[in-house]
Amino acid sequence: MNWLLDIIESSIGKKLLMALTGLGFCVFLFGHLAGNLTIYGGKDAFNSYAEHLHSLGPILTVAEIGLLIFAMVHILSGIFLFWGNLKARPQRYVMKKSAGGRTIGSRTMPYTGFLVLLFVIFHLMNFHFVDKTNTTIFQIVQNAFSDPIYVGIYIAAMLVVGIHVSHGFWSAFQTLGANHPKYMPLIKGLSICFSLIVGMGFGFLPIYFLFML
Amino acid sequence: MTRSNGKKNINLTLKVWRQVGSDVKGRLETYQANNISTDMSFLEMLDVVNEELIINHRDPIAFDHDCREGICGMCGAVVNGRAHGPEKGTTLCQLHMRHFSDRDTVIIEPWRSRAFKIIKDLVVDRSALDAIIQAGGYISVSAGGTPDANVIPVPQEAAEKAMDAAACIGCGACIAACPNASAMLFVGAKVSHLALLPQGAPEAARRVLKMVQKMDDCGFGNCTNERECEAVCPKEISITNIARLNREYIKAGFL
Ligand code: HEM
Ligand code: SF4
Ligand code: FES
Repeated sequence: MNWLLDIIESSIGKKLLMALTGLGFCVFLFGHLAGNLTIYGGKDAFNSYAEHLHSLGPILTVAEIGLLIFAMVHILSGIFLFWGNLKARPQRYVMKKSAGGRTIGSRTMPYTGFLVLLFVIFHLMNFHFVDKTNTTIFQIVQNAFSDPIYVGIYIAAMLVVGIHVSHGFWSAFQTLGANHPKYMPLIKGLSICFSLIVGMGFGFLPIYFLFML
Repeated sequence: MTRSNGKKNINLTLKVWRQVGSDVKGRLETYQANNISTDMSFLEMLDVVNEELIINHRDPIAFDHDCREGICGMCGAVVNGRAHGPEKGTTLCQLHMRHFSDRDTVIIEPWRSRAFKIIKDLVVDRSALDAIIQAGGYISVSAGGTPDANVIPVPQEAAEKAMDAAACIGCGACIAACPNASAMLFVGAKVSHLALLPQGAPEAARRVLKMVQKMDDCGFGNCTNERECEAVCPKEISITNIARLNREYIKAGFL
């Protein structure tokens, strides 16, 4: 197993962990969004979707533990990479300009990532670790989104996730070695589409609750 | 950067990083570069400033240079926040003063990276790049008599890509420009030009593992795909070479 440790310790190895777990989250986001779209089908559609999800029982628990492990790996390797990068340039430039490579997404990855973490904790406290005995998930969500402050936080968080993923998505492919003039434009296009879908798809739900329900 | 409007000679204010040695503090010092012909290169402009400093018994600005025609990789400084200055695909020695305007202020700093110690002023120690190449080791060739041409078939496309990667002159601008001071473009180029050719195949796995390990040991940062490197590279080496480096590393590590 030494060879595996060597790989994980290397800069490329940590990037690979970052990319694989990041793409895992992208798949999760896609599924999560698809599930949430049942909200547009009304109260019963959403509640029954939640019920079906929870009837999966042990499968759901395994998936949750998997997500938790992915989160730990993503965050830990992110911290190591960020720390290494700070150390790699002890003396900053007096004047530094972009030569055109960086984007808002790429510039802010560690910060948007950190904000996403804060949001995920907040989000789980809102909707996951709550007493659900005498209520339905739809009611809990509706209740939360009757407060404009919650709506504001959720919309802002979805913007942040969109920015994180706008770089993360294509970057993960590059890290995994998938970059070719033939298909890189497609991956970059998908990256932008995906971040828009995630940002707007999730971001519109709280607005829908606040104004339409 | 704006062009000087037809005027032949320009005057500039330079703010140059001066540092007498590795372990002392440096700082920006201000100099006037007067009556600079716009046909001069950036290094020739520095020569003019240095001549005046020497005449006045002051210490001239130390900077690296050799060929002054963009092929040796010795020159380089961060000029107004850009490695090798504002022009694309250009080394500092090939940057002409016509890209500056009269009365511009020009900030000149050395490459900054933990792996590149400042020796003096704008001169940095880039031997870490040599150490990475050395870690890559040899390639097996049968050192017999002169072989016939084309005994080893190489597809044209592979040859072109290998040549593109081999254009790297090891200047270090990619590291200087990288927000993370990562050397992935340099290492990607060095791994690629051998990995693409049959001559490089026997040692490919060992080479990439050793070079990446050396790169990490030297204290370079981690690539986050910011793409600043390819934007400043005087040889316009593409980050597809970084993707190839990642592929080679995955192949060597897992297969
Ligand atoms: C919905 C949740 C998230 C998704 C979909 C996601 C996705 C991604 C993806 C695809 C990458 C690119 C990997 C690569 O460049 O190879 C990435 C990188 C990164 N993520 Fe996340 N991430 C999420 C949450 C987080 C969290 C919670 C943090 C930190 C607390 C974080 C911090 C980072 C950092 C520091 C990077 C590396 C930046 C870089 O290489 O430029 N991410 N993320
Ligand atoms: S990849 Fe480009 S910028 Fe980096 S050392 Fe080689 S020639 Fe210089
Ligand atoms: S002095 Fe040789 S490349 Fe500039």
